[in-house]
Amino acid sequence: MSDLIEGFLGKTVDGKKSRLPAKLDYYQSATGLFLGLFMWGHMFFVSSILVSKDFMHTVTKMFEGSMFLQTPQPLLVSGVVALVFAIFIVHAMLGMRKLPSNFRQFQAYRTHMQMMKHDETTMWFIQAVTGFAMFFLGSAHLFMMMTKADEIGPFGSSDRMYSDFMWPFYLVLLFAVELHGSIGLYRLCVKWGWFEGDNAKQTRAKLKKVKWAITVFFLGLGLLTLGAYVKYGYEYSNGLVDKYNSATQIEKFLKVGK
Amino acid sequence: MSRTITIRAMKYNPNSKISKPHFAEYKLEETDGMTLFIALTKIRETLDADLSFDFVCRAGICGSCGMMVNGTPKLACRTLTKDFPDGVIQLMPLPAFKLLKDLSVDTGNWMNEMSKRVESWIHTNHQPDISKLEAPMEPKLADETFELDRCIECGICVAACGTKLMRPNFIGAVGLNRVARFAMDPHDNRTDEDFYELVGDDDGIFGCMSLLACEDNCPKHLPLQSKIAYMRRKLAALR
Ligand code: HEM
Ligand code: SF4
Ligand code: FES
Repeated sequence: MSDLIEGFLGKTVDGKKSRLPAKLDYYQSATGLFLGLFMWGHMFFVSSILVSKDFMHTVTKMFEGSMFLQTPQPLLVSGVVALVFAIFIVHAMLGMRKLPSNFRQFQAYRTHMQMMKHDETTMWFIQAVTGFAMFFLGSAHLFMMMTKADEIGPFGSSDRMYSDFMWPFYLVLLFAVELHGSIGLYRLCVKWGWFEGDNAKQTRAKLKKVKWAITVFFLGLGLLTLGAYVKYGYEYSNGLVDKYNSATQIEKFLKVGK
Repeated sequence: MSRTITIRAMKYNPNSKISKPHFAEYKLEETDGMTLFIALTKIRETLDADLSFDFVCRAGICGSCGMMVNGTPKLACRTLTKDFPDGVIQLMPLPAFKLLKDLSVDTGNWMNEMSKRVESWIHTNHQPDISKLEAPMEPKLADETFELDRCIECGICVAACGTKLMRPNFIGAVGLNRVARFAMDPHDNRTDEDFYELVGDDDGIFGCMSLLACEDNCPKHLPLQSKIAYMRRKLAALR
């Protein structure tokens, strides 16, 4: 019954304000923090390809449990991706509350932002746009990694970029996630007053510098990494993108038929 | 060297059936130490007697002259025309408040509602004897608390806030600052639970998206960022 009353009135059975808005705000930040920090680790993992293909292979197998299993299990990776996917969905659900929910809100915000030219106001807009883009891009990527974890590796990942023509997709996702994540982590600091110290203004200026350094660093690393995958993908396929063209399909079919 | 400056002001009377919103352009000679208050007064005296705008103190104390100056909310009486190198200044009324006419908006009634909403007065369960001195307070805490009382209710933090423009019921930095002021004051017996009842929702502290345009534009340089974070930590920690 208490749920019914709270849902109906927006107040608890004691006639008090619901504590849920506080929890939602907290979980928005907690999931954002997790995802933001996860993306740092994630970037170091995928950029292992820059060291060498063998090194990335070793790292991949490590995530599949090569330390304690005789045959590494990609299913372990699928499990981790499923968990991240769940957190991602919760974060997106909470983030949705903040997005403009009708055209007038969008229009008023955009006009104000263009008129005032204030950093954090513009940065929020970037976060909203990139967040929106990730509804689609993030979901597609996570679903693919969850269901095809066995393909992750120097060969499979490179082939996906080049032969499957996924690099434009990842290029957009890279910008979306790096901008959104680094702005988000900065926002977390000013939102909760982390690292504030005695001089909040000075701290904030420093945090903003760090934020930009992080954005540039991870974008740079991400672009180099993407470049490496595309290059290896090109080499593997000898420039043959269309591996499923009708001619090869027929050839394959005939072979199978024989 | 004096120069000619251009002031472009939005004109509109929402109460008139024939008034159409438009920008009127005025050219005038800049004088030494000219503020927007001086410029607008001159325009009204010599160029356009119909232009509406508000001023009272002309010294950044009363908070009645807030307006959008080239897109940013500022106190017009504290804004010097010489700070605009190209000599073109565009004026618009503060958004988020009820537009009265041209550059004049009603901040007063809004602030009054806000004060009632956050119960902006000391709550105590004993009858204070005003012939006696108030209970003393730690000097450092007193400084920090009364610092927040320097707010002049100009509405600049509200007009600067993108969140407020999207969500009209949002209480704004001025309201959250007020709550923080009483939450810090030992004379006030209200608990965090009580403050949660006032601002513990998405129209209050949890609606703030940390855009910080309040902090960056407050003419009194109040520590709005820190105080909002302080209230957020306090109220999010409640069970
Ligand atoms: C569909 C995907 C996503 C959507 C729709 C989304 C949306 C949002 C929105 C609207 C905010 C602003 C919240 C506010 O103003 O209070 C936000 C904050 C944040 N996001 Fe996302 N986001 C998504 C994915 C991600 C990802 C993948 C990351 C990790 C890189 C991330 C990290 C963050 C962080 C750290 C914050 C700050 C948290 C806070 O303000 O409490 N988000 N997100
Ligand atoms: S907090 Fe600052 S900007 Fe906001 S009303 Fe008070 S003085 Fe004006
Ligand atoms: S006229 Fe009083 S603050 Fe500007």
